Amino acid sequence: MRETKYWTWHMSAGVVILFLLGLHMLIMHVGGITHLFAPHTGEAISKENSLFRDSRMFFTVTYVLLLGVALYHGLYGLRTILFELTLKPAVEKAITFILLVAGLGLFGLGTWAAIATHAIAIAGGRG
Amino acid sequence: MAEIKRYDNRLGVWGWLGGGRWGIERYAYILHRLTGLAILLYFLMHVVVTSLRATGQYLWVEGGFFHQPIFKFGEFLVFAAFAYHALNGIRLVLVELGFAVGKPIEPIYPYKTSLNVQRPLLIIMMILAAILLAAGGSEFLGLGK
Repeated sequence: MRETKYWTWHMSAGVVILFLLGLHMLIMHVGGITHLFAPHTGEAISKENSLFRDSRMFFTVTYVLLLGVALYHGLYGLRTILFELTLKPAVEKAITFILLVAGLGLFGLGTWAAIATHAIAIAGGRG
Repeated sequence: MAEIKRYDNRLGVWGWLGGGRWGIERYAYILHRLTGLAILLYFLMHVVVTSLRATGQYLWVEGGFFHQPIFKFGEFLVFAAFAYHALNGIRLVLVELGFAVGKPIEPIYPYKTSLNVQRPLLIIMMILAAILLAAGGSEFLGLGK
């Protein structure tokens, strides 16, 4: 039952990612058509436009949310693929532990960066 | 709690990649996994690189290390992988939840399988992925500016 619950979370995370990463892609990679959240001239990924988005609490919150669900979705997906090789229980435990540590580490790094950049952007972009 | 009986994966790595005669949906699923792994690899690096902006390093802007044509092309591949993975993912979730596979029927000859019933869903999703890819492609080629 536990794995069924994790799998349901995996699918649910996919739906959340669909909206958040869809928005991210629209802003970053279809910006020439949409011009969403990129008021400064130049590319949507320019430093000025990045700082504009970082100054908005909406983006700080959604970056952290997207980071969390995407790490879970991706690393649980990788775990599922690896477990299909019918590994020994000790190897499965080691893989779960490594992916958990890697996921938490990257989540901590990304969350710190989102909050720190939000503070920098609000202070006037002295990054 | 009941123990789940586990069976050996006799096919090993080939079990990941081989679709046999299971139809185009099975190959779409294999490509779903491959694009998922590619996106994951990119995403893990993306988290580290974009986190550097907190220290004032914007490596992806004009003049930065990742603003070279080869990385731009790589970004387009990631976009293409995302477009495919997202739309095929919607199909997989719908099918897993029992949508678009038809109602259960008596197994009377000539038999009908749910595999054939869900084919239009695959076609619709691939058309949508192609449209998204074209929009993203025009942006990467600079046609949208």
